[in-house]
Amino acid sequence: MIPAAFDYLAPTSVEEALAALAEGGEDTKVLGGGQSLLPILRMRLNAPERVVDLRRIDELRGIREEGDHLVIGAMTRYSDIVTSPVVRLHAALLAQAVEEVADPQIRHRGTIGGALVHADPAGDVGAPVLALEADLVIRGPGGEHTVPSNEFFVDLFETAVGEGELLTAVRIPKHTGWVSHYEKFVRVKHQWSIVAVAVALQVEAGTIAAARVGLTNMGSTPLRARAVETALQGRPASDVGDACERAAEGTNPPSDLNGDADYRRHLARVLTRRAVTTALGD
Amino acid sequence: MTRVHVTVDGVQYSDDIEPRMLLVHYLREVVGKVGTVIGCDTSNCGACTVHLDGASVKSCNVLAVQADGHEVTTIEGIAVDGELHPMQQAFHEHHALQCGYCTPGMIMQALDLVRENPTPSEEEIRLGLEGNLCRCTGYQNIVKAVAACASTMETSTTARPERSAAR
Ligand SMILES: Cc1cc2nc3c(=O)[nH]c(=O)nc-3n(C[C@H](O)[C@H](O)[C@H](O)COP(=O)(O)OP(=O)(O)OC[C@H]3O[C@@H](n4cnc5c(N)ncnc54)[C@H](O)[C@@H]3O)c2cc1C
Ligand code: FES
Ligand code: FES
Repeated sequence: MIPAAFDYLAPTSVEEALAALAEGGEDTKVLGGGQSLLPILRMRLNAPERVVDLRRIDELRGIREEGDHLVIGAMTRYSDIVTSPVVRLHAALLAQAVEEVADPQIRHRGTIGGALVHADPAGDVGAPVLALEADLVIRGPGGEHTVPSNEFFVDLFETAVGEGELLTAVRIPKHTGWVSHYEKFVRVKHQWSIVAVAVALQVEAGTIAAARVGLTNMGSTPLRARAVETALQGRPASDVGDACERAAEGTNPPSDLNGDADYRRHLARVLTRRAVTTALGD
Repeated sequence: MTRVHVTVDGVQYSDDIEPRMLLVHYLREVVGKVGTVIGCDTSNCGACTVHLDGASVKSCNVLAVQADGHEVTTIEGIAVDGELHPMQQAFHEHHALQCGYCTPGMIMQALDLVRENPTPSEEEIRLGLEGNLCRCTGYQNIVKAVAACASTMETSTTARPERSAAR
């Protein structure tokens, strides 16, 4: 299938891109890596008049350290995140989750920014970004503002990035020394998560000092499993009790051909237990 | 129309194309590289896999304009002077194809996987090929071919011809 015709612009700076978006109005689409947008255009679920491609904007690409944060440009590709030593060191959970996205070909093209703005609840990037308490940097005609991850995901395919705005970077507080794991359940290896669980734990002297748990595909947006986090905090790492049994509390998972809501609640509990056990076993 | 400059299998092409044209259609219909095939409408099958600046991509899920200024290697560009590439030879020797439809994509992805990991285990080969579907072989012989080739290719420079040119 072939997309409907559109005008194509590939600006070289964020300023130019924002101007192109403002001028184009509501029939304009931003192109990141295209790994979600191109299937949409090919199936003609959307037919924008103008496409603004971010690929030439160098300032949107790359991973750097800024004090106690990692800053990842929105156009940084999955494959560059997976192979980044600083991500492994300070935000291993993100690398573990990104490694589970799709297949190598898609990971060579897809970007962290595109994945976050696309905001598919079955996508694998939202849960680790929530669990790592990242901040999202957004630029628009009115300037730059930063949104905490727990306010970023608004609804199905909807985020705090408004029309005419760009996500420019993801700021992740360094989680150096934390243990983590992303446990994904699928029937076919390169497919979207039926359910997945992102866990990051800080263990001090045998006790879980801090716990962060993110859930994939357990509602219309990625979610934090706060009840599990509270139950894990302060427990000995050698005995987490029944903390993981609380993984589905407050969730509203979808029912579809891959499984109904009850099955997903069951999966959330099982996968959380596996993720916590694997993280602590590291 | 937009003008693109793309190097395909070592030859520079300049063409006026519609921005909506997919890379796979550009390769097949404009450049004539019909060795790269289309197997699905959902970017799941991997039959259309080519290398863009040395890394594998599904060319049905990339716009030709996104390849402007870049270098593409297709299945037609890996044999040297009529000699099959070692990976092609290995697929031939290990009967890693039946109908052959998935083969161009399988071979291009297999090259990508040995580039990133020159000594893959069987499991790593299967993981590296997770985005490529074969309706015929049951994968057994494909995995064998890739393993055999990886072990003979490890020291050979022909494993990565697409890396020789400037990026
Ligand atoms: C076969 C297949 C399997 C897949 N499997 C998985 C999977 O298992 N797990 C998973 O998580 N994902 C999966 N994906 C989706 C993949 O992760 C996409 O790459 C990702 O969702 C989008 O990133 P992108 O850079 O390609 O964005 P694009 O496709 O270019 O854009 C996606 C959306 O974000 C907008 N956008 C992009 N960048 C920006 C920006 N900087 N600022 C503002 N808006 C922006 C676009 O306008 C568009 O609406 C799969 C895709 C395919 C084709
Ligand atoms: S034709 Fe490109 S993945 Fe199937
Ligand atoms: S050999 Fe027929 S699809 Fe693979």
